[in-house]
Amino acid sequence: MLRYVEAKKIEKVVEELCFEANIFLRSDVEKALKRSCCSEKKNSISREMMEILLENARIARRKNLPICQDTGVATVFVDIGQNVVIKGGLLRDAVTRGVKASYEKNCFRKSVVEDPLIRKNTGTNTPCIMHMDIVKGDRVKISVMPKGFGSENKSRIKMMNPTSTDKDIVDFCVETVKLAGPDACPPFILGIGIGGTTEYSAYLAKKALLRPVGKYNPKKHIQKIEKNIQKRVNGLKIGVMGLGGASTVLGVNIETAPTHIAGLPVAVNISCHALRSATCKI
Amino acid sequence: MGKIKKIHTPLDKKTILSLKHGDKIFLSGKIFALRDQAHLRITQLFKNGKKIPFDIKGKVIYYCGPTPAKNRIIGSCGPTTSGRMDKFTGVLLNKGLAGMIGKGSRSKDVIQAIKSNGAVYFIAPAGAGAYLSEKVTSCRMIAFKDLGPEAVYELEVLNFPLVVAVDRKGKNIYDRLQMNCK
Ligand code: SF4
Repeated sequence: MLRYVEAKKIEKVVEELCFEANIFLRSDVEKALKRSCCSEKKNSISREMMEILLENARIARRKNLPICQDTGVATVFVDIGQNVVIKGGLLRDAVTRGVKASYEKNCFRKSVVEDPLIRKNTGTNTPCIMHMDIVKGDRVKISVMPKGFGSENKSRIKMMNPTSTDKDIVDFCVETVKLAGPDACPPFILGIGIGGTTEYSAYLAKKALLRPVGKYNPKKHIQKIEKNIQKRVNGLKIGVMGLGGASTVLGVNIETAPTHIAGLPVAVNISCHALRSATCKI
Repeated sequence: MGKIKKIHTPLDKKTILSLKHGDKIFLSGKIFALRDQAHLRITQLFKNGKKIPFDIKGKVIYYCGPTPAKNRIIGSCGPTTSGRMDKFTGVLLNKGLAGMIGKGSRSKDVIQAIKSNGAVYFIAPAGAGAYLSEKVTSCRMIAFKDLGPEAVYELEVLNFPLVVAVDRKGKNIYDRLQMNCK
C-alpha cells in the first residue's frame, strides 16, 4: 500500500527539528556532561568550566537561545520508506525550505557560503547537506544535525591496510584527537566509520554521532575498540577547553560497513561537546 | 583555583604585565568581535596603506561571529577557533593590538609576537555561547555589514569570564599538552 506524505509536512518537520536541535541539548549528551562534570576535581578550573557548559544548556533551553553560536551546516538524514509517495513538491526543496525558515525565524547564524572559494554568504544557511536512503516501510524518518566547523575541521580519514591491527586503528583515532587538541571544543564525542569506501566511511562517521552517547556498538569486537579509544583519549588529559582534567571524550561511537579486500577505510568525525541533533518519524 | 582578577579595556601595559598564564579573569569594557574574513580585509587595508574601520591600538579583539539577536542585545556569542586567525595576528599586534580572546592554541609565531609586543591572549568558555551572551551589555555593528555573521561588532561586556592562555612573557597554558600529546 502506498502512503502519501505532503512536502509541506516535511518542510514543517525539518523546521521544527532545526529548532529543537539548536536549542535543546540532547539529553544523552547532557547526561554525559553531568557525569563528566562530577568526575572533575572539586574547585578545579575544569570542574568550573564543565559547570558553565551545563549552565549554558539550561540558559539555552530557558531563553530559546542556540546552545552554540555556530549553528552549523544543517546535515539532514532522510530515510524514506519505499512505499512513500511525496506529494505537492520536491523532497529536496521541502527540506531546504524547512532549514531556511527555521534559521531565519529563530535567528540562528547563517554560516553557509555559496562557492567555497568566492565565499559569499547565501544568507539563508542553505543549501544544507542531505543524505537520503530508501528503506523498508511507509514512514519518513528525518534527523537534523547542525554541525559546527570548529570540530568538523579537525575530522580526518585514513585508508588503512587490510592487515592493520585494532591497535593501528586506535592509534589513528587517538592521533586525530591529539591534532584537534583544545581547538575543537573538548570534551569530544567521536563518530567513527570503519569500512566501506572513502566517502562511505566519512558518511558513517557522521551518522554514528546520531547514536546516543554511552550506547556502545552491539558487536563485541567493535565495542572493545570503542572502549579502548575512550580510555586512551581520556589519558591524553586534554580536558575541557584544553585545561586538563578527566574528560577529553564523552563517548566513542563506531559504525562499520563491508569493505574491499585491499582496504580498511577509517574516518573519524570529531564532534565538540555541543553535539546537536533531533529526529522525527512521519 | 586562584582568585578572579577583574580587569577593564582598554588594557594598559601595567594590567597586561600583571596577568599570568592560567589566571582567571573577569573582563569588562569594549571588545571588538571579528573573525576570518574581517581579518583578511583589515590586513589587506593595512597592506595597501588604507585606514581600517576602527583603531586597534590598545584594543582587545574577540574571535566571534554571534547569532543574530532576537528581542535581546545579542544572540549566542562564544569564541571561534583562534588558530585560523594566526596568519593575520602578527600584523595586528605590530599595529598595537593589546589582546585577543578566542579558543584553542596559537602558533609559535603568534606567541613570539605576543611576547615582543607585550600583548596577551585569553580563552573564553568554548561552546557556551548562550551563557556568554548574558555578559554582553551592548552590541553594535561597526563595519563590513556585507559579511553578515562575519561583520565587525563592537561589544560591551561585563565580567566576561576568561582564562589567560598566553601571557606577555609568552608563557602558554598549552605547553603542558604538547608533552601529553607527543
Ligand atoms: S566546535 Fe562546537 S561548541 Fe565549539 S564553537 Fe564550534 S559548534 Fe560550538
